[in-house]
Amino acid sequence: MDTSTRIVITGIGLTAPNGNTLAEYRKNLLDGVARVQNIEVRHMGQMHAGVCDFDPLKYQKRKELRNGTRVGSVSIYCAREAVNDCGIDFEALDKSRIGVYLGVTEHGNVETENEIHNISQFNYDTKFWTHHHNPRTVANNPAGEVTMNMGITGPHYTIGAACAAGNAGLIQAAQMLMLGDCDFALAGGVSESIHTFGIFAGFKNQGALAHHEDPNQASRPFDQDRNGIVVSEGGCIYTLERLEDAQARGANIIGELAGWCINSDATDAVLPNPERQAQCMNMALKRAGMRPQDIGIVSTHATATPQGDIQEIKAVREVFSDCPNTWVNNTKSYIGHAMGAAGALELAGNLPSFEDGIVHPTINVDNLDPACEFPTLVLNKPKSVGRVDSILNNSFGMLGINSALIIKRYEPNT
Amino acid sequence: MTKDDIKQIVLDIIAEIAPDEDLSDVKPEVRLRDQLELDSMDFLDIVMELRKQYGIEVPEADYPELASLDSCANYLEPKFAALGTKA
Repeated sequence: MDTSTRIVITGIGLTAPNGNTLAEYRKNLLDGVARVQNIEVRHMGQMHAGVCDFDPLKYQKRKELRNGTRVGSVSIYCAREAVNDCGIDFEALDKSRIGVYLGVTEHGNVETENEIHNISQFNYDTKFWTHHHNPRTVANNPAGEVTMNMGITGPHYTIGAACAAGNAGLIQAAQMLMLGDCDFALAGGVSESIHTFGIFAGFKNQGALAHHEDPNQASRPFDQDRNGIVVSEGGCIYTLERLEDAQARGANIIGELAGWCINSDATDAVLPNPERQAQCMNMALKRAGMRPQDIGIVSTHATATPQGDIQEIKAVREVFSDCPNTWVNNTKSYIGHAMGAAGALELAGNLPSFEDGIVHPTINVDNLDPACEFPTLVLNKPKSVGRVDSILNNSFGMLGINSALIIKRYEPNT
Repeated sequence: MTKDDIKQIVLDIIAEIAPDEDLSDVKPEVRLRDQLELDSMDFLDIVMELRKQYGIEVPEADYPELASLDSCANYLEPKFAALGTKA
């Protein structure tokens, strides 16, 4: 692997509960527009959830929708939107040199629950269990559906990384481009988690599921009255290329992957470890050749659980306490926790700051929890900071997986 | 139940499992796979829907009997008759 190879972002496709394009999503982040609703969840009743309303028939046939998975549709929509956005002549590309690397928090729960419900209507006789079960639940499903829909014959797989998955997908793709395993990568994170009751029930019984009379105020990281997670679906896929390839075709370069790190707490399955999170951020900075002061925005992972937010702020203080111009924000207050898509979406919502110099806030902070105080938290209103040159995107997940990914403004002569 | 009824049942199932297909001119004597985009998983869906909707079992050895609408009708007619299903 040639670690001097520079990897750049050239396109973004996304679907979030509050936007089906980056422009719409960014506008809502700047305008303070959250979009969380109540949906009926099997065995659970009404639950807060972030629901995406992209049109799956834009890129899929009805039969594909019937046989495939929801996360497959999310992935296909995002992948095709990213390819359109990056301006490449996709038909002319050698399809065997395209790699698809998608992060997932979990996969297969939705389809398995659906099938158990199906056979419950037939006295649990397994002869009524669908033959579509295995292709729907293999762990590579979302990435595989993208390759089938787009005729891609290069490598594809998913990266299971709990809620660090969005960053992990991008990191995997960058490494594969460096290794020469592919020449063009579709990478990011995806989720269909609102369609499994198990994730709601699990969080609820863990005391980590948000509830509020107004769904749009249910997800409130750093607020004193936060009471847990809003589960969401979504997806965000980037086109990544080696810098020289992007330059050769005159691509619009959105940003450059400057450094990253994935590490493990090795302490607790659910309680984050601030010491390891800080180590993860510091290692990403070191690999990027940057100091904490060089970071313009820290996009936090905070999910609005009582303890998790405190743990992350401890880590942020450890790394960024001497950085008066490093702004800290969060996206889950708008869209909930999009699980495997979270990190990729949260990064995407911040990338336009390279162009407009504005840091979007985290909303729903009526009373900042003193335990979450940090001097450069951007709360409730966007902050115009003049210029943003780099973003550190934090994403953490269960079993103590931490990830930090740094994207910097592309400078042609560096 | 007539053979035409059975062909319509099979067509209705195909309409569910292959919703993009135009079924207005399916030729009963021609193999379904030669006139529609159907794969082996789709034929398994036909078998599953016959099981779910009508309680009819099609053993794997008999799958070739489902090749065309005509062969479906010929093969399924005694099975529907055995169920005592009325046309």
